[in-house]
Amino acid sequence: MLQPISGGRAKSQMKPLGDSAILVQFGAEINEDVHLRVKAFTDYLETHPFAGFLDCIPAFTSVTVFYNPLVVRRQGDSGSFSGKERSPYKIVHSILEEMVTGLEETNTDKWRVVEIPVCYGGEFGPDLEAVARHNHLLPSEVITIHSEADYLVYMIGFAPGFPYLGGMSEKIATPRHTSPRLSIPAGSVGIACSQTGVYPISTPGGWQIIGRTPADLFLPDENPPSLLQSGDVIRFKPIPPEEYKIYKVRIYEHKS
Amino acid sequence: MSIKVERPGLLTSLQDLGRYGFQKYGVIVSGAMDAVSLRIANLLVGNQEGEAALEITLVGPSLTVKEDLFIAITGGDLSPQIDGEPVPLWRPVYVRKGSILSFGACRTGSRAYVAVSGGFAVEEVMNSKSTYLRGGIGGFKGRALKAGDIIQCNKMPKKSEDLFIKLKNKGGFHPFAAADWYVNPASVVNIKNKTEIRVIRGGEFDHFTPASQKQFFEQEFKITPNSDRMGYRIEGRALKAEESFELISEAVSHGTIQVPKDGNPIILLADRQTTGGYPKIAQVITADLPLIAQLKPGEKTRFKEITLEEAEQLYLEQEQKMQQLKMGLQLKKHKE
Repeated sequence: MLQPISGGRAKSQMKPLGDSAILVQFGAEINEDVHLRVKAFTDYLETHPFAGFLDCIPAFTSVTVFYNPLVVRRQGDSGSFSGKERSPYKIVHSILEEMVTGLEETNTDKWRVVEIPVCYGGEFGPDLEAVARHNHLLPSEVITIHSEADYLVYMIGFAPGFPYLGGMSEKIATPRHTSPRLSIPAGSVGIACSQTGVYPISTPGGWQIIGRTPADLFLPDENPPSLLQSGDVIRFKPIPPEEYKIYKVRIYEHKS
Repeated sequence: MSIKVERPGLLTSLQDLGRYGFQKYGVIVSGAMDAVSLRIANLLVGNQEGEAALEITLVGPSLTVKEDLFIAITGGDLSPQIDGEPVPLWRPVYVRKGSILSFGACRTGSRAYVAVSGGFAVEEVMNSKSTYLRGGIGGFKGRALKAGDIIQCNKMPKKSEDLFIKLKNKGGFHPFAAADWYVNPASVVNIKNKTEIRVIRGGEFDHFTPASQKQFFEQEFKITPNSDRMGYRIEGRALKAEESFELISEAVSHGTIQVPKDGNPIILLADRQTTGGYPKIAQVITADLPLIAQLKPGEKTRFKEITLEEAEQLYLEQEQKMQQLKMGLQLKKHKE
């Protein structure tokens, strides 16, 4: 499902997010090609940070780069960067532009596949029946459709470790609840329109909850603190309630 | 050395300059709402400027000081007092063992910072001592302070000892003694213009109707009670983006002003989510973020547009003033 980055890329665009961040846009729509460029750029930036680099947030079609303008400016003054540019934004802009241009040869042919055990229905998935009814399916068919697809983690956001996934079948798409539940337990697997996701921490939310995983998605004591990362492929594996307590997450490398 | 929490106040939590490097995993930055006040509080007691301090919100806590302490209180004036006697802000203060630090009416601003010399003895989580309230990590046990909590403090740095002893001698049997000099925050932050927050245009400014673009800079906005560390919901005449405009979720930052469908803007602050999907009409400049942090529900503000270059200049000037302040304080310590 994933293709290596090929030539013929559209030019990236940059714009400021305030006076200490810059957004690099790699495309106008969500697709795997744009995602791979987002990922390649993020990987490069993190392994080749510039002086003053603070943090970055890869999203569906963009990467936002946070920097310390003072450090950037000092580097500019000391002549570490070419030219006599005084504006930290413009200095970072030119550094990033060079990085984007240099990305041509990056090749992504490896990715992780993470298998997440899910106990569907019952007390863990109170909305499974509703999702089935809405789509004129049996609950078992919803489980089959949900668990046989491969999902791409486009980005992590909204909550620590929460994956924005692509790849859910329209056959099980269901609108959100009209009024959100006050608290959805951590690990809940839900559907909202044609999106599916897993709640890493307990939060209020309007998603249709079809199951729950015993896996921890937010791992504050580990580095990285998230089970999932942008670019991972995940699969949901149905498990019976008896196995809920003895589950195991399986992660393996995929090479094309 | 330790502090015991008698009453926790409305929301008292440990914050430093934030947790960077983990936003791509959805881990929010957190950190002090008013970073300048936090930094000054730390410098006054000889700490690194990014050390964690108590952030106190509107209604302050009541704290028993278990051992002689060296502290500084900065930020909003929440009427701090020690054993009932008013304590001045923005200066180093010796506090005698057994005294009670409490707060009263909120006179100016809405957030105060209490730094102790040596810092609070809590573990870093992901390189930061900031409390991430919703994630339940960092700070003191990952949460706001509660009555009965006992928070340990680290030993004060050597360089602070002289001033501490001088103030202790000055205090005698008094519950506290403050230095007779102070830092004027107006020398670093544009406090005079606190109701005119400076912004640059947001990424989607052009997608708002011409009337809304104009209105954003002309009208006054009121801070609603629905405002917290995550963001302030503000109210004016509703703003409108083009009907057809849809934004694909992307990063937001401290000071991003986004406008949901109801037309009332939200200013995203320290506990913001990492990404958002609402159009961004403007971005508060970094140099004015301390002003936003000190606004309270019911107060009004306007936004003034400046250019990115001007915002960068103001940022660099503010950092220069912080640098001067730091050097000035070092000289003071030598003279005292």
